[in-house]
Amino acid sequence: MARMTMIEAIRSALDVSMGRDDNVVVYGEDVGYFGGVFRCTHGLQQKYGVNRCFDAPISELGIVGTAIGMAAYGLRPCVEIQFADYMYPAYDQIVSEAARLRYRSAGDFTCPMVIRMPTGGGIFGGQTHSQSPEALFTHVSGLKTVVPSNPRDAKGLLISAIEDPDPVIFLEPKRLYNGPFDGHHDRPVTPWSKHELGEVEEGHYTIPLGKAAIRREGSAVTIVTYGTMVHVAQVATEETGIDAEIIDLRTLLPLDLDTIVASVSKTGRCIVLHEATLTSGFGAELAALIQQHCFYHLEAPIMRVTGWDTPYPHAQEWDYFPGPARLGRALRDIMEAR
Amino acid sequence: MTDPSPLRFHVPVPASRPGEKPDFSHVVIPKAGSVQRPPVDVDPKEIRDLAYSIIRVLDREGEAVGPWVPELSKDELIRGLRHMLTLRAFDARMQMAQRQGKTSFYMQHTGEEAVSCAFRIALGKGDMNFPTYRQAGLLIAHDYPLVEMMCQIYSNERDPMKGRQLPVMYSSKENGFFSISGNLTTQYIQAVGWAMASAIKGDNKIAAAWVGDGSTAESDFHAALVFASTYKAPVVLNVVNNQWAISTFQGIARGGSGTFAARGLGFGIPALRVDGNDYLATYAVAQWAIERARRNLGPTLVEYVTYRAGAHSTSDDPSAYRPKHESDDWPLGDPIVRLKQHLIAIGAWTEERHKQAEAEIMATVIAAQKEAESFGTLHAGGKPSSRDMFEDVYAELPPHLRRQRQQIGV
Repeated sequence: MARMTMIEAIRSALDVSMGRDDNVVVYGEDVGYFGGVFRCTHGLQQKYGVNRCFDAPISELGIVGTAIGMAAYGLRPCVEIQFADYMYPAYDQIVSEAARLRYRSAGDFTCPMVIRMPTGGGIFGGQTHSQSPEALFTHVSGLKTVVPSNPRDAKGLLISAIEDPDPVIFLEPKRLYNGPFDGHHDRPVTPWSKHELGEVEEGHYTIPLGKAAIRREGSAVTIVTYGTMVHVAQVATEETGIDAEIIDLRTLLPLDLDTIVASVSKTGRCIVLHEATLTSGFGAELAALIQQHCFYHLEAPIMRVTGWDTPYPHAQEWDYFPGPARLGRALRDIMEAR
Repeated sequence: MTDPSPLRFHVPVPASRPGEKPDFSHVVIPKAGSVQRPPVDVDPKEIRDLAYSIIRVLDREGEAVGPWVPELSKDELIRGLRHMLTLRAFDARMQMAQRQGKTSFYMQHTGEEAVSCAFRIALGKGDMNFPTYRQAGLLIAHDYPLVEMMCQIYSNERDPMKGRQLPVMYSSKENGFFSISGNLTTQYIQAVGWAMASAIKGDNKIAAAWVGDGSTAESDFHAALVFASTYKAPVVLNVVNNQWAISTFQGIARGGSGTFAARGLGFGIPALRVDGNDYLATYAVAQWAIERARRNLGPTLVEYVTYRAGAHSTSDDPSAYRPKHESDDWPLGDPIVRLKQHLIAIGAWTEERHKQAEAEIMATVIAAQKEAESFGTLHAGGKPSSRDMFEDVYAELPPHLRRQRQQIGV
């Protein structure tokens, strides 16, 4: 076991995967010599050579398009899009190509690849460095979408993603790279070294895709969330004293519906929490599924606590971010609802 | 200072539209045999002129002349002719099948048969094409079974794509034919990635990317040239300039660039233009570009100058956007007629043998069609199962798809 930040855990996952399988190649903008703007690929080029880890031209469609060709060849590319906000030029390649190659060729060609991208706000990135586009991926048949909330999961999930036979979108909440951020932006940063889930095995291990984790057991209300918001949920629960059960989805698709249904059937109340915008967000899918499967157990309407339906603003970042105060109000409201 | 004149918006227009006399005076045709054949390791800077000329081998009399005459035996040439005749007969039958309601859609190759048929012969085992919808010659010239192709077109119970794809969107890894997308140009950058993978692994397989004149306007084309140039990928970047993108003439995509081949020059990629209706020239240029890729010399851009003599697909009528008989005036003729003329000129073929071959090939195609139809057509007979609809979205069926499959009761 070692203490790792999420950056170190991701780097360790790449290192372990590259060491075990010569077909794993890693590339993207600033990924090679420099080791990535967030340092996730630092040292990999030195260790594995330029054939396995290299810099790419600034062309997201080129990065993803070449990775599809490589995956069809038999490699397992794990590419980085510098910010999730930059993935739109590659969207056609992701949606029409990577996601459908197995289907349209009836398994003649497949696309085992991972597209890593830093997601979410909290770093004063403004509207082009803060978006959470997960719902644009979960809406696409043929993709798997993963959002880890801590170093231990990030490593185990990333290794699973790299070993998966299908394309996986791996969204890394960038505000969690260096510590478990709970939304209290005015308090000193907590490092991962002080967090239980910052303790990470050094070798190979996997966390299966499609399996959620219960971060806190509770009986009053279920909070269904993922990524950065897992930590917001934990602090809001402590601050309100409401006995919430917190589900960290880890993988949005395939979704661990059984864990959600079991929890909401027990608590009878549910808040869906994400940083992304509200309308047609992944929370809408969760709310629909929960009402369908838990209707007769529900004691209050399902609530959604999310970012507002605006672009992610710069100066008003903390007005946008669904932090512990906003979630705390929702928790109190849902406990009073009947 | 005088006021400048008002700005003018420029929209290119083709030389002629319906009701006007066809005009190909803008297509400058050099004499056969007149273009140099450089060594494959030539500095791209020294052959910039090849991006603006047209490499031709067959002259008007059907003689093969000049430095690009390829080493193809009489038997190989006859085989090439038979491939093209097969493709044309296949097209005729499938076009008719669509008109008879046996499938939803079809796309013919009329006039462009030489491009894919000759290119396939120049490729080696294990090489991979990333085709568009008008390169079925890559399959036919590789002896892929016609019945399989037809079953795909009919989306019947034997369709290798299990009914999921539009007609003609074939896929055959074994035959070096990447799954056709239907979205344009996406495959171009994928071909570069596939070629990069071959180089990363230290293998010796090369890739061939395919795109039409109109689709070169997609940003995927630009990205492909950047990546191919940067990593010196072992890939042949093919542009089939058949003059028309549905109703839009090639000038709309080409803009101010002299030719499509010339797009390669800014990337330091050797760029050649070839007479795409000349089987020998097409083969020779393909072989040159493939050898460059194989010898680690990097990518080559090849523009095949040809003409789409038929409609874009079964869904359009060319007389609505170009002169009715424009194809008769196309100055590079018909690829089948020209190879036939050459074979007769060298004493390897006769009109009689040609007629015989046509009849024999048509009979083979009709027999294949009969067999394919025994497995069903789009609206009659055997069809892929509804259960197949849920397979292959992922390697393993996830719970949500299992629930959906249960809902339709299969």
